[in-house]
Amino acid sequence: MSLIRIIDANKKYPNGVTAVYDVSLSINKGEFVFIIGSTGCGKSTLVKMIYREVKPTSGKILVGGVDVAKLRNSRVYKIRRKIGVVYQDFKLLNQSTVYENVAFALEVLGLPKSEIHPKVLKALDLVGLKGKVKQYPNQLSGGEQQRVAIARAIVNGPKILICDEPTGNLDEKTSFEIMKVLEEINKLGTTVIMVTHDHEIVEKMQKRVIRLDAGRLLKDYSEGTYQNESN
Amino acid sequence: MKAIRILGRSIRDSFKSVFRNFALSLASISCIVITLIVVSISIILTYNVNNFATLVEKDVTIVVFLDTDVTDDEIRDIEEDINKLSNIETCTFQSKTEIASDMMESSSELKAILEQYTDETNPLQDTFKVKVTDIEKIKDVADAIKEMDKVSVVKYGEDMIEQLVSVFDIVKNVSIGMVIALILVTAFLISNTIKITIFSRRRQIEIMRLVGASNLNIRIPFIIEGFFLGALGSIIPIVATCYGYTALYDNFDGQLFSPFIKLIEPSPFIYQISLLLLVIGVMVGMIGSALAVRKHLKI
Repeated sequence: MSLIRIIDANKKYPNGVTAVYDVSLSINKGEFVFIIGSTGCGKSTLVKMIYREVKPTSGKILVGGVDVAKLRNSRVYKIRRKIGVVYQDFKLLNQSTVYENVAFALEVLGLPKSEIHPKVLKALDLVGLKGKVKQYPNQLSGGEQQRVAIARAIVNGPKILICDEPTGNLDEKTSFEIMKVLEEINKLGTTVIMVTHDHEIVEKMQKRVIRLDAGRLLKDYSEGTYQNESN
Repeated sequence: MKAIRILGRSIRDSFKSVFRNFALSLASISCIVITLIVVSISIILTYNVNNFATLVEKDVTIVVFLDTDVTDDEIRDIEEDINKLSNIETCTFQSKTEIASDMMESSSELKAILEQYTDETNPLQDTFKVKVTDIEKIKDVADAIKEMDKVSVVKYGEDMIEQLVSVFDIVKNVSIGMVIALILVTAFLISNTIKITIFSRRRQIEIMRLVGASNLNIRIPFIIEGFFLGALGSIIPIVATCYGYTALYDNFDGQLFSPFIKLIEPSPFIYQISLLLLVIGVMVGMIGSALAVRKHLKI
């Protein structure tokens, strides 16, 4: 059974722009999926609908069997606990240490300290930042900050990890380091959905690729079949 | 257990953020300090005016002079009739002999004059001293007593009392209105200042939403922070009120301009005001914070 099913999703913003137009797709548990397309083609809107930052104008968004489109705003936090999200701009608390930033995600769930501590260290270990727990985000490089954000996103063991252009601000070498981390997380069983326009990464990874164009699903390449057609 | 842990962390986080965002916290606190001082001053004024008004009103007495040829039976009848009227608090009889001896005790000159009379020739009149419960209706009572037999004169300082009553009423209403208006203005000012504080931390709220904190979960630390800001902000006004009012009271010897206008004694008055200021500060801080966060939550 698929973990995520999007059925005829449409999103029209109040300003009249239609960002997503009749998109239907399904993503299975444990998959690694790239969503690509030019700027403004609706790829961010599409993933935002999955973690219910954006409500579709029509259509269904089933995540683990629950239609998140019908979720009330006051209930959104329930789906957020099952989905980790990583952004281009990291979104870290600059006044908190690396450890605090990651622990924060578990503290809001009300976990006891004795459970938080090992989980945070495990997550930081996975992203390769175990040695920097006491540093503040602005003392880290961009790649390291992004890894903190990834650690925070995965620390409570979500089933889905959504990355919205996680390498957008990073150089090529750092980007591949991040990709290695994401691949590692995917191998441990987490479904990873990554929005990007970095063709090089997409080509090299050879995963499933969903290409959007002007809000429509243009092509769905299964694993290993993607070729860069934009060149 | 989970709720307690979340509450504990909220308290810890709100402590931290008061200090980490110290400049903005200071802005909120100073706003609270200034407005609470103004609130405190107006409360002190209102209570003192009210106190003074009540003291004066309590002192107001209708004096009923009876005819000189009144008999004991008639006196009893009049007393009964007066007590039958509504709005009577007390009614005490004073015979002319008692009045004479009181007067003789009060000054030697009066004593010299009154000693020339015997009980029979006493020129004074038997009187009733009547106190009313509702001073605004004192005129009705006085008029009713005037109608009775064997009553010669009824006095209660008509003009002065009526003017005083209306002046006190105006002062009372205006000052109560002012206190309420001030509290509302304070709430508005503080919630605006806190809004600025929270606007600068919308990123934190965004991240909390991102990692799956429920709305209540996000609000609690901010509300507790509002509580701390309110409590911290009320310290200076409370100290200023306690020391300021005590100093004022001692300086004027407990009375303003004349012994007629008495100030309220500092204890327990200042403690009541302090408690009130703390409650206003804390409530306004908490409500201000809750409203300000609401804007950044998608509810």
